[in-house]
Amino acid sequence: MTESILYREIIMDHYKNPRNKGIMRHPDGSAERDNPLCGDRIVIAYKLDGKKKKLLSVKFEGTGCSLTRAGASMLTEFVKGKTIKELAVYTDGDFIADMGVPITPARKKCALLALEALRTAVGIEKPLIRKTSRYPK
Amino acid sequence: MVFKNKKLSAACIRDFPILKKRVHGKRFVFLDSAASTQKPQAVIDAMSACYKNYYANVHRGIYQFSERASEAYEEVREKVRSFINAGSTREIIFTRNATESINLVAYSWGKANIRKGDEILITEMEHHANLVPWQELAKEHGAKVRYVPITGRGRLDLDAFESMISVKTKIVAFAHVSNVLGTINPAAKLVQIARKKSPAIVLVDGAQSVPHLPVDVQAIGADFYVFSAHKMLGPSGVGVLHGREEILSEMRPFMTGGDMISKVTFEGAQWNDLPWKFEAGTPDIAGVIGFGAALDYLSAFGMKTVQAYEEKLTARALPALLAIPGVEVYGPKETRDRSSAIAFSVGDAHPHDIASIFDEEGIAIRAGDHCAQPLHEKLGVPATARASFYLYNTPADIEALIRGVYKVKKIFRV
Ligand SMILES: Cc1ncc(COP(=O)(O)O)c(C=O)c1O
Repeated sequence: MTESILYREIIMDHYKNPRNKGIMRHPDGSAERDNPLCGDRIVIAYKLDGKKKKLLSVKFEGTGCSLTRAGASMLTEFVKGKTIKELAVYTDGDFIADMGVPITPARKKCALLALEALRTAVGIEKPLIRKTSRYPK
Repeated sequence: MVFKNKKLSAACIRDFPILKKRVHGKRFVFLDSAASTQKPQAVIDAMSACYKNYYANVHRGIYQFSERASEAYEEVREKVRSFINAGSTREIIFTRNATESINLVAYSWGKANIRKGDEILITEMEHHANLVPWQELAKEHGAKVRYVPITGRGRLDLDAFESMISVKTKIVAFAHVSNVLGTINPAAKLVQIARKKSPAIVLVDGAQSVPHLPVDVQAIGADFYVFSAHKMLGPSGVGVLHGREEILSEMRPFMTGGDMISKVTFEGAQWNDLPWKFEAGTPDIAGVIGFGAALDYLSAFGMKTVQAYEEKLTARALPALLAIPGVEVYGPKETRDRSSAIAFSVGDAHPHDIASIFDEEGIAIRAGDHCAQPLHEKLGVPATARASFYLYNTPADIEALIRGVYKVKKIFRV
């Protein structure tokens, strides 16, 4: 119970005071993702470093529920400084683990909307879940 | 306020095993019956008795259990006929759900009769089930779908309805009761207007009416009337199409195969009689039998009693919600001609967040567009929260709803 209040506070903090929210001037790329069923919409924009390898900064804009917005806000913090290569293997599960709050299956879509937008913006596919094979090759 | 019909809800809760469950350690409060209802033990028992005692395919075997299963299956057809006062069991067709019933009409009657320049008249408050099939039909045949507007008070604009119907109108389709606004449309009157001004066939989407109020399809007088068993205590997987016999007889089958033919040769096939002509393949036998038990259950109370009881719940919930600062209710604000589905918002809290906070309290409500995106566009919101009641809900459930709203207000500082 107290735990769930703590999680709620983390989400509500990002919801009420979103980090890196606003329009980015001259981004290296941007993309929009929406969830028409609930009207959520997130736009992600990013800038790369001089060598075009690393995410220098990431900003978001949009509307949605607390998880959609908190997911976007947290994402901008988590991926800052990551290389494109690192982002390419950053799975949905990695991101949810980094968020550090329990997310019910019904609401995963909300939390992951910004990450999907970022992948589209950068032009990478959703990485497959890393599975350790039980069978020898 | 005295709650006279306490007996109804008290008896009911005992009959629904799932309502005794706890969720997150709290009493389970189910306020999403407009999406699908819970099932009484009688329905669960009827289905399991079928599987345990006499299951076999219907209309086929010359052996005892097949005959018994066929009889039980056909008995439900008679129960459905009597429940909605249809003229004959030949007019009662079992489908998978209301959606399939509408598609059956769109494909079978629509494809054969809709021409370029024709108009299909529906309303702004339709569920996607009574909207997308018509859009697709219109696209394919160069026809046009027109939408009767709703008024600012969440009612159908009857003058607009009348003025939009003309000799060009070939199909009129509308919900008897809106699953978002809760509005009860004057079905018989709409049919009358349509008959007077156009040659159109009329389809009524009864998915939210048959479960909640007495429906007499002959008094309404439409050509087609559709609904789903799962929204009225029955299992999922069973729907009904009621169609007037004259029209059904002229229509081509929707699907073809076994059961729906009377004779097949290498050259072709002859269609079976009504209603089987429209029931291709093995149906949901145990599901239909379970549906029969649901109809018995509702009939034991009587739909007038069910409706009166739900009206009382709505008369308590609606003003209580409206009285909370920051709460907006979409749809009629008075209980007259209104069913128990109440779509609402709480300040700028997103419906997902409202539903999640309710879930923590053990309360199930729906959040989203409720399969009515165009209607939400009209309302000017992408999504809403919705509470809906049925005969097993109680005043205590409404208190839980109100407490949930206050919790949302506190967290979102509305
Ligand atoms: C008004 C209305 N029409 C049609 C449907 C479709 O019912 P089903 O999904 O059972 O086909 C629903 C169910 O949500 C409804 O509320």
